[in-house]
Amino acid sequence: MPLPPAPELCRRLAELMRPHMTPKTALVGIHTGGVWVAEWLHKELGIALPLGTMNVSFYRDDYSQRGLHGGRKPSSIPFDVADAHIVIVDDVLYTGRTIRAALNELFDYGRPAKVELAVLADRGGRELPVAATYCPHVLSLPAAQSLNLERAEDGSLAFTVVEK
Amino acid sequence: MTRNPQLNRNGELQHLLTIDGLPREIIAAILDTAEPFTEVAEREMKKVPLLRGKSVFNLFFENSTRTRTTFEIAAKRLSADVINLNINTSSTAKGETLLDTVDNLAAMQADMFVVRHASSGAPYLIAQHLAATDRDHIHVVNAGDGRHAHPTQGLLDMYTIRHFKKDFTNLTVAIVGDVLHSRVARSQIHALTTLGVPEVRVIAPKTLLPTGVERMGVRVFHDMREGLRGVDVVMMLRLQNERMNGALLPSPQEYFKYYGLTPDKLDLAKPDAIVMHPGPMNRGVEIDSAVADGRQAVILPQVTFGIAVRMAVMSMLGGM
Repeated sequence: MPLPPAPELCRRLAELMRPHMTPKTALVGIHTGGVWVAEWLHKELGIALPLGTMNVSFYRDDYSQRGLHGGRKPSSIPFDVADAHIVIVDDVLYTGRTIRAALNELFDYGRPAKVELAVLADRGGRELPVAATYCPHVLSLPAAQSLNLERAEDGSLAFTVVEK
Repeated sequence: MTRNPQLNRNGELQHLLTIDGLPREIIAAILDTAEPFTEVAEREMKKVPLLRGKSVFNLFFENSTRTRTTFEIAAKRLSADVINLNINTSSTAKGETLLDTVDNLAAMQADMFVVRHASSGAPYLIAQHLAATDRDHIHVVNAGDGRHAHPTQGLLDMYTIRHFKKDFTNLTVAIVGDVLHSRVARSQIHALTTLGVPEVRVIAPKTLLPTGVERMGVRVFHDMREGLRGVDVVMMLRLQNERMNGALLPSPQEYFKYYGLTPDKLDLAKPDAIVMHPGPMNRGVEIDSAVADGRQAVILPQVTFGIAVRMAVMSMLGGM
């Protein structure tokens, strides 16, 4: 099953989101891939509120097994979460555990008016009742494979499928 | 070769007892893990759920309000339940042995012991006892034992140096003061050499240096002005007042004259040198107020980073 190129998915994701953006909309990217996508969307959609980023490692239910896989990058929510319309941005939606962790972390900052989820691709394999609000591509991958977003030195994004 | 008692079979951190013998990768992992925790402290909600439901016992057989408080804050910001025991005012005063105290607390389902003890090796003894009685799931953190080690202080010092200097491999670092009685100095020397600092100096009068200190890989100076020349980092040690009585030193005034860090002595270091101190400071004994409050001092950032480093250590242990 061929995968559409990541830049095309970014453009399609932006068109899905565009009609729903308001002056109170803020984007929050999840480290690391989600932040790359969120940076691009933030510019493309002309979002006024500054871009937020989250390292959800501290909130994951598998920290003990995986440690701080989000790396050293800290979370940064440079706007008032209370009453904001927040779109969480990630590269791939899989088990839903990352999104669960992100929602927990987000609510420690305040009570948003609405939270939505934007991803480039949904690869199936959900373990929690989580669904994306905006998603331009759905595919089904076996559990033995992982779908990774990578960023080249020139900033261009590309998906790769890796055997675990 | 016997296994490092601090590491489990997979080479992961099981206890934190000393920096001596800790692999460089583990030290780097602790410093890396601490970095995002500094941001947690700046949030309005200064708490993450990593140790939710875990019981951390602060076992302080020796008084230390500051260290105990920073461990307590770190554990609470990780959502652990913290129980503080000042043992010198409790059961051991009634004759209970160290290991009996530990057994009783283990029976209360402790998950982690943070231990401060006047005797070198007490945390190691506790870790060994837990292993011998199949209670490896309980972790031990050394919060300072005798003259031996104070690993979290050493680690927070490394974090502070990395924060301000970025790289260890081109630095000259001077440790100044009572090296003989200092567990902090030992931990600092081990950490600095493990992280690849090419030149570690110790500056102290002969009476305050342990014999054979050169074998730890340091250069020894008795003249502070000579030792400070061109250094990037000055790490001051606290002069414990009780040392004055032991005939090791003539008087605080004379000590200050030769080994107190004053602005004119600091001028011999590099212009961008940083000044560190583990606290509590004796102003006018080992450090001049003008330096302690000056632009090169990073003594308060050390305190802030100390909480993040202790959070990193506890989350790496407790998350296993």
